[in-house]
Amino acid sequence: MTTTELHEGLVALVDGEPRLVAGYSPTSKRFHFPRADVCPYSGAADVESRHLSPTGTLWTWTAVTAAPPSYSGPVPYGFGVVELPEGIRVVTRITESNPDALRAGQPMVLVLDTVATEDGERSIYAFAPA
Amino acid sequence: MTAAISGVGMHPFGRFPDRSVTDLGVTAVRAALTETGDAPIDAAFCGTAYAGVAAGHKVLDAIGRTGIPIVDVEAGCASGAAALALAVDAVESARRERVLAFGIEKMPKGMIRSTFFEPWREQAGLAATPATFALRAQLLLRDTGLTKHDLAHVVVANRARGVHNPDAMYRSDTTVEEVLASRVVCEPLHLHMLCSPNEGAAAVVVERSGAVDVLAATLGSHLPGNVLSEATPLAGLVDDSIPPPTTLVAYEAYEAAGVGPGDLDLVECQDTDAARQLISIAELGLCERGDLAAWVAGSARVPVNVSGGLLSKGEPLGASALGQVVELVHQLRGAAGDRQVADARVGLAHTVGRGANASVIILRRS
Repeated sequence: MTTTELHEGLVALVDGEPRLVAGYSPTSKRFHFPRADVCPYSGAADVESRHLSPTGTLWTWTAVTAAPPSYSGPVPYGFGVVELPEGIRVVTRITESNPDALRAGQPMVLVLDTVATEDGERSIYAFAPA
Repeated sequence: MTAAISGVGMHPFGRFPDRSVTDLGVTAVRAALTETGDAPIDAAFCGTAYAGVAAGHKVLDAIGRTGIPIVDVEAGCASGAAALALAVDAVESARRERVLAFGIEKMPKGMIRSTFFEPWREQAGLAATPATFALRAQLLLRDTGLTKHDLAHVVVANRARGVHNPDAMYRSDTTVEEVLASRVVCEPLHLHMLCSPNEGAAAVVVERSGAVDVLAATLGSHLPGNVLSEATPLAGLVDDSIPPPTTLVAYEAYEAAGVGPGDLDLVECQDTDAARQLISIAELGLCERGDLAAWVAGSARVPVNVSGGLLSKGEPLGASALGQVVELVHQLRGAAGDRQVADARVGLAHTVGRGANASVIILRRS
């Protein structure tokens, strides 16, 4: 990533393409995100890092029209939840900020977005219409 | 032994630039203690999320220092309910005789900011409170066939009730047209569909006997996996069967109280936005989610938010739950004036918020 990540550990680059880094617990057989030291479902410390599929479907969405506290990125911005094939729903920025342009079940793909912070531009994961 | 409420007091909810959060608390606490003839209290719990260190102590300084334990309690929107639950436990265990539970808040202006979120999440735009409300609202409309007009109708109904509540911030009627004409905050929620964070205080005295019995004062949190739970995680499971915090706590309260949703004469529930009120009604077991459209259209079995709800009162976090309790107590005493629900005998108060913290309180006329 040419731009510094806003928060380390959320995204990995695989063959130049972003992937979300989840935690997987063989005990619970479930994925969680961001990766934690302990599985929130089983309580087991057997968490492994796994890359989530970069494509999924849109579950719910809106647009934020006023900058919330400590946010210096563009407004309006899309915000919602994408379902991924691993059985996980991820809360995410969405690159489409017009809610009318999106529909339930729409195919979405993981991308990297950029937000301004006091320390300069930072990259953060987002989903875009595929 | 079931604890009872022997005194209540309020400071109205609104914006009071010339009063400190301590001033608000003193008003409410003095009113509650006056109702009990200033009988001595032996412990105090102060619910607040934003009033800072020694918030409860500063209020009781104005009443008198007696050396009793004073503990501030933070449980998000349920802070006041948590204070009440601790008071009830203390009295029911016979460890204390008469305990004060109060809630105070002077919300900072603007979008609610919470130290719950790590700074990077705020910087990423992944911590905007109304946005999460909007996602839940969008799902509600999709699942139930309800529309924005129905959400606006909830606002109109609550505001009509608020006209009769002298402690509410908004005491005027509104219309569906006015609500829908207010600007979109996060689709599908318009500004007037969202309550206003504001200022206020409420206080309750708990002891072994009083006009109103506390059948349940339960608190609970959440199970992992619900991505739209009030714990506001960044991910969850593809699983729509995970019970939300409100439902978990409600059924625990119903069991403790020995009543069911059908026994309630009135309900004060979380209405931080219009969709949240409908979600609360379903999660409390008052109505199936699929029947909410009929509920809004007029088949509601039980009066909800006769106080006007947060949509009329505004929301001072620490005080909200106890504000609901004060309303229920007036109703159960038959002293609610223009707002009186006929023959009110059993009432329920519900709050839920970030934590997640959910609370359900069930009261019955003694």
